[in-house]
Amino acid sequence: MITLTHYLVVSAILFTIGMVGVIRRKNLLLLFFSTEILLNAVNIGFVAVAKFYDDLTGQMFAFFIIAVAASEVAVGLGLLILWYRRNGTIDLDSMQKMKG
Amino acid sequence: MYELIAFYLFSGLTIAMFLIVVLTNNALYAMSALAAGMILISGFFFLLNADFLGVVQIIVYTGAVMALYAFGMMFLDTTQDVKEDIGSSKLIYSLWIASAILILIMVGAPFMSEHLMLDAPLDNPVIAGANNPQAVGVILFTKYLVQFELAAVMLLVAMIAGIVLASKKMDQSLSSNPKLEEELHREEFDVKDDK
Repeated sequence: MITLTHYLVVSAILFTIGMVGVIRRKNLLLLFFSTEILLNAVNIGFVAVAKFYDDLTGQMFAFFIIAVAASEVAVGLGLLILWYRRNGTIDLDSMQKMKG
Repeated sequence: MYELIAFYLFSGLTIAMFLIVVLTNNALYAMSALAAGMILISGFFFLLNADFLGVVQIIVYTGAVMALYAFGMMFLDTTQDVKEDIGSSKLIYSLWIASAILILIMVGAPFMSEHLMLDAPLDNPVIAGANNPQAVGVILFTKYLVQFELAAVMLLVAMIAGIVLASKKMDQSLSSNPKLEEELHREEFDVKDDK
C-alpha cells in the first residue's frame, strides 16, 4: 500500500539530487537543469498532499509553480544567451567581477 | 497492486534520470535525461488522480521548456564535454553535509508526521461527481481567478523579456534612428553577396 510518506520520501530524494546539482555545477545551463529538478520535486510533494487530504489546494499551488518555472526559463535563457554573446563562456567562474 | 508496481517503477526511473542530469558531463545527455524525467513525473501525477496537472506537465515541461532549452543550446557548443573543475574540498564537504542533513530529515519525517494532525477545515475539498479537470477548472476560475490572471501577465512579461534579451539590437528604436535601419539592411545585403 502506497502512503503519503512514500511520495514525500521520493520528493525529498529528488530534491536532494537537485540540490547536489545546484551546488556542484559550474556550467550555467546545467545549473538551470538542476533548478528544474528542484521545482519538480516540490510539485510531486504538493500533488501527493492534495490527494491524501482530498483537497485541491496542493494541485493549484503546483499549477502556479509550473507557470513560474516556465517564465523563469524564458528570462533565464535570454540572459544566458546574452552573456554567452558578450563573453564566449557560460562558466559561473567568469561572473566573479566583484571577487566575492 | 498496479499502483505499487507503477510507483516503484516511476520513482526508480525518475531518480535514475535525474542522477544522469546531475552527474553527466555531456550537456546533450543531460537535456535528454531531463526531458525523460519530466515525462516520468507526469506519471506520478496520473497516479495521484491529478490528470489535469499530468497533461500540463507534459505540454509545458516537455513541449515548451525542453524545446526552449534545445533551441538555447543551438547557440552554445554542446558537442564537447562540459569542463568543470571542482577544486575546493570545502565544496565537497558542504555537499556531503547538506545531503546527510536532508536524508536525516527524510527518514525522520514519517515519525514526526505520526503526531501531526490537520486541524483546519479543508480549503478546497474535492467536488463530488466531477472529474479532475472539471474540479480544477471550477476552483481555478472562481477562487484563484486573480492569481490566474496575474500568472498570465507574468508569462507575457517573461515572453517579451525573452524576445528582447535574445534578439539583436532590440534595445535601440528603429523608427527614431533611420541610420540603424540602413545599417541592418546593408548587413542583410552583405550576407547575400557572400553567398
